[in-house]
Amino acid sequence: MKALVWHGKEDIRYDTVSDPAIEHPRDAIIKVTSCAICGSDLHLFHNLVPAMLPGDIMGHETMGEVVEVGSDAKGSLKKGDRVVIPFTIQCGECDQCRRGNFSVCERTNRKKALGDKAFGHATAGLFGYTHLTGGYPGGQAEYLRVPFADTTHIKVPGGIDDEKLLFLSDIQPGDTVAVWGCGPVGQMTIRSAILLGAEQVIAIDHLPERLSMAAAAGAITIDFMQESVVDRLNALTDGKGPHKCIDAVGTESHVDFGQPDTVLDRAKQMLMAENDRPHVLREMIYVCRPGGVISIIGVYLGLVDKIPMGQAMNKGLTFRMAQAHVPRWTGDLLRRIEDGQIDPSFVITHKVDLSKGPEMYATFRDKADGCVKVMLQP
Amino acid sequence: MPLTNVTGVARSEGDPRVQRKGPSSLTGPDRLARALGWFSVGLGLAELAAPGRLARALGLDDKEGLIRAYGARELASAVPTLSIDKPIGLAARIGGDALDLATLAPALHRDNPKRHNAAIAAALVAGITLLDIAAFKGVKAAHRRDGGAARDYSDRSGLPRGAAASRGLARKDFDIPPDYRAEGTVADAIPALPS
Repeated sequence: MKALVWHGKEDIRYDTVSDPAIEHPRDAIIKVTSCAICGSDLHLFHNLVPAMLPGDIMGHETMGEVVEVGSDAKGSLKKGDRVVIPFTIQCGECDQCRRGNFSVCERTNRKKALGDKAFGHATAGLFGYTHLTGGYPGGQAEYLRVPFADTTHIKVPGGIDDEKLLFLSDIQPGDTVAVWGCGPVGQMTIRSAILLGAEQVIAIDHLPERLSMAAAAGAITIDFMQESVVDRLNALTDGKGPHKCIDAVGTESHVDFGQPDTVLDRAKQMLMAENDRPHVLREMIYVCRPGGVISIIGVYLGLVDKIPMGQAMNKGLTFRMAQAHVPRWTGDLLRRIEDGQIDPSFVITHKVDLSKGPEMYATFRDKADGCVKVMLQP
Repeated sequence: MPLTNVTGVARSEGDPRVQRKGPSSLTGPDRLARALGWFSVGLGLAELAAPGRLARALGLDDKEGLIRAYGARELASAVPTLSIDKPIGLAARIGGDALDLATLAPALHRDNPKRHNAAIAAALVAGITLLDIAAFKGVKAAHRRDGGAARDYSDRSGLPRGAAASRGLARKDFDIPPDYRAEGTVADAIPALPS
């Protein structure tokens, strides 16, 4: 089959690889109909995530049709089922899965010893990601083996386009919610905050096309290259700061001499003295309303420097963060898509054949041609 | 050293194997920049390790300290050249090439018995300078952000009922799980405190 394969820094290739096969009775094989390039794929593209190996297949946003089912998964799946595959692999039986914390499933990381060393305690197995999370082949391919398939899938009905379903992966009324980053995750976050009734949603980025997309959903926009984020957020909240600050940027914040800490972080990152560039995190802690909530959905990788814990502690901030516990939300989201409350296809700006994957990685990374989200089809 | 070498982690037995490599995301200028970055590493280490031998070979006996400093400069420019921020490293390399040529110029004088070595070195630096300029221009052209600013996505709300009508829509029937609730935290207590 054909697949997008990681060979090293900035080196993704459209290779011919051997077909996957059922390895365990709970497995299934799906024929991929659509997949997407995620912002966190760029961290792999930039070789910032440790423990990738040449030959690893990329991709963790995938949907398709079931073509083969292991004997123990037959109760839940059958050939021809249309499924979205969450990026987290979950057993559905361990203590964490029973609590709904699917992204930290205790049983699906097949390289648990490595994960234990890296994280203290291993997290769930993930598709198309580092060997710290199991090193499972990803879905930017023609076929995908889904381990624990009886619990690692979301069945979706026919009649709804792939574009609306591919991204199935607490806000109080009256809140001001500030969202840093208007990439695909930030755009979905903005719409979720609107649907949950936030009074003001403020979107922060510097790319005009992404800010225009944020404004389309009713967000107030801040171009951080044109004005001070802190000053504007305070002006919009009577000097009190946002109630909820959401980081949809993560490890690779924009580097600019106007934000000198980002230049220092980038230099440290090049010298392997720091894994992440946490500019957004520092800014959120500084500007957040005392007693507010800092929420991190943008991916961080390892060690970060100069986090102002004094500010965070003295302001009584609450931190929330996780890889998404996907199945916890998918039923509700699917219902809202079917009900016409949200149409996630708005975010797809480029829809191309899988063979164009290598060049689309560069296009997405360079934010060229107004690229916000790439959808690939084998 | 990569973590994978330390831990001995390997790809799992049943996972798909590469049978035939296909086209890569790396462009020609990317590969040239990478080669120049590794060249910087090699030259920088040589200049740091044996500045005296290099100085004597070029007839620049009094410039040993300067050559050692240039070694450090080569390593410093190699880091961004080998990173994803290649233009910064390549620009630093082009500046360094100019310094190298300026340093070699006096060694081309007739009085220098090693002027032939110096001439060869100057020719090599000139050639490398052309490659640095080609890589710099190529990388800038390959990775420029074309056309993005012209795009306007203000018709992409993703909210079929409109932004205003969608505000709070999910509030009516979304049951926030207890471990995700924000009320009852210090966030609610703060406004109640006497001012």
